[in-house]
Amino acid sequence: MSENKTTTAVTDKAAPAEGRPLLEVKGLTKHFPIYGGFPFKRQVGAVQAVDGVTLDVFPGESLGLVGESGCGKSTTGRMLTRLLEPTGGTITYDGRDITHAGRKELAPIRSEIQMIFQDPYASLNPRQTVGKIISGPMEINGINPPGGREARVRELLETVGLNPEHYNRFPHEFSGGQRQRIGVARALALEPKLIIADEPVSALDVSIQAQVVNLLQELQRERGIAFVFIAHDLSIVRHFSQRVAVMYLGKVVEIADRDTLYEGPRHPYTHALLSAVPETDIDAQKRERIRLVGDVPSPIMPPSGCRFRTRCWKAQDKCATEEPPLVQISGNKPGHLTACHFPEDPTTAAADRKEDVVMDPALQALEKDVKHA
Amino acid sequence: MTTLTKPEGAPVPTSSDPFLSVRDLNVRFSTEGGIVKAVNGLSFELERGKTLGIVGESGSGKSVTNLSILGLHAPETTTVEGEIWVDGQDVTDLSRKELEGLRGNKIAMIFQDALTALSPYYTVGRQIAEPYRKHTGASKSEARARAIEMLGKVGIPDPKNRVDDYPHQFSGGMRQRAMIAMSLVCNPSLLIADEPTTALDVTVQAQILDLLKDLQQEFGSAIILITHDLGVVANTADDILVMYAGRAVERGTTREVLKSPQHPYTWGLLSSMPGLTGDVDEPLRPIPGSPPSLLNPPSGCPFHPRCEFVDLVGGDRCSGERPALPAGRGSACHLTAEQKRQVFIEKIQPRLG
Repeated sequence: MSENKTTTAVTDKAAPAEGRPLLEVKGLTKHFPIYGGFPFKRQVGAVQAVDGVTLDVFPGESLGLVGESGCGKSTTGRMLTRLLEPTGGTITYDGRDITHAGRKELAPIRSEIQMIFQDPYASLNPRQTVGKIISGPMEINGINPPGGREARVRELLETVGLNPEHYNRFPHEFSGGQRQRIGVARALALEPKLIIADEPVSALDVSIQAQVVNLLQELQRERGIAFVFIAHDLSIVRHFSQRVAVMYLGKVVEIADRDTLYEGPRHPYTHALLSAVPETDIDAQKRERIRLVGDVPSPIMPPSGCRFRTRCWKAQDKCATEEPPLVQISGNKPGHLTACHFPEDPTTAAADRKEDVVMDPALQALEKDVKHA
Repeated sequence: MTTLTKPEGAPVPTSSDPFLSVRDLNVRFSTEGGIVKAVNGLSFELERGKTLGIVGESGSGKSVTNLSILGLHAPETTTVEGEIWVDGQDVTDLSRKELEGLRGNKIAMIFQDALTALSPYYTVGRQIAEPYRKHTGASKSEARARAIEMLGKVGIPDPKNRVDDYPHQFSGGMRQRAMIAMSLVCNPSLLIADEPTTALDVTVQAQILDLLKDLQQEFGSAIILITHDLGVVANTADDILVMYAGRAVERGTTREVLKSPQHPYTWGLLSSMPGLTGDVDEPLRPIPGSPPSLLNPPSGCPFHPRCEFVDLVGGDRCSGERPALPAGRGSACHLTAEQKRQVFIEKIQPRLG
């Protein structure tokens, strides 16, 4: 069985051990400068939004990027599409270094990497018709598909489940879910190899979210487009991505294939995230209860060493002085990387943990009262 | 008391009646485009110390219902019909002044976005102390001490110093905690939490929900928890009311609604949400179409244009006749009880995995 697995590793998207990655990211860093002082403004600090992110995206796979607000997942996405200029590190697309590529160098690559934005109300120009919005990328890249651009746009509208007759309508005539479909059609217009989807469904109602997730999944499977799926909702990422990377304060803390990450995470932060997801199944096997203290610290002055240590229940002196590298720690499968000095057991069941982890002082106090009473 | 007579079906509540009772509530807004029927014939009850989860998508009328309990709607453009009994008092008849005596005192509210709900101009401490001074007549220093106590209770570190901070100096989770402190400062009997965790990250959401639950045990308030996320109510609420297009479509205990849901809309909500377990290769089952406009809601059952079980009912009953929501456990749907059970077991349960 195990022999079988190794030979089919190429087709098994969960662990793409072989083959050249479509996008290679090494040590990617983005620091936004903060200026202050009078009369001459000088740099007084930096928001360390992304700090040394290393990832690979393989052709046709979907990589999920999860984390809480301010962890740098959107900034990472924007650097991958080169909407932002990285401060450091390298981005290699299909063997070419595009980290600091200029406009001219990027031009041929732009059509292969597309983006879907979070807010379908802000990302469509209200003064352009749907036809104009979707044909925009073709116009810019000088692409004239057989049958003309209009025919292509109508075809795209049909692909994303909209009526091709709506070619001449304006964005305000559509609902949120339909607008997001227009955004998807625009991203598809150039037949990209890689789509960066930045929270594509979080602005939508629950019943509409599923429609858009299904559409994206269908496109990904049928057209073999690689996706970087950025979201804060762990359930949706699980549904959409074969591999998942968890980010915290500008760093990737854990990356693994879907089943490993959701069933056998090692990083304490991944444990905390999973335990916080509210589930509708009230009879499901009890998951461990971990309640962190406070919010994510400021990326202007991130904690030394391991960035999660200020909220971690396992933190020791070593965590403050030494930054844990993102490596395959002992006990991990190949492809499962964790950045932690004192990793957790790979289980999320409540039964395997002796006591709930409650870091929040208010909860501690209240729960003590209740127990005593 | 006994001489008071009311139209039948709406007896005057006595002390044994539930703490909050909303009866046949209708809320209409007049807008440029016409009259928005935001809430239609809504009735529900809530007992002391219990939590009711109201679940629905945007535009289902869940927020409007609760704004009208507090009388926070714009009086010029809104008409509110029906009765809202809070502790034996119909609040729809109250004057502005009488309502002011209730707000923040007996009934308090937690809003979704703490940054816009808190005033940027005053310190957090002053905003927490204000309702306490107004309703209890406490002095400035007493109210300040109370604000510090409350901030400590909701888990703000170093409350003695943070009481003089402005909202912008707090992080998102801390602001929400400060708002919870503000709402609980007068020991309200009813707390309305309108999407209290939607703007927060998941780990902070889990903290805040647990905090609300623990504080409820201490303060004994009844809570109305409004949310679009069935997962949020699953672990917090005792009862669930599902709303769609301004109407209640299903009601029951949390276990009943989540484990044996009866309404096709609830089925749709449950099967369109992926979970942390279950088959990932199975596509999600979204509800087709989009929520209706409340300017011109569909005839008959408001859900019939999106419902996949209209054929089971037969004829044009679904589009012609509006199903009623029975009192207690039940759903507003024309399917027979037997059909509902059968469809749920055969078609819906396998999807939920």
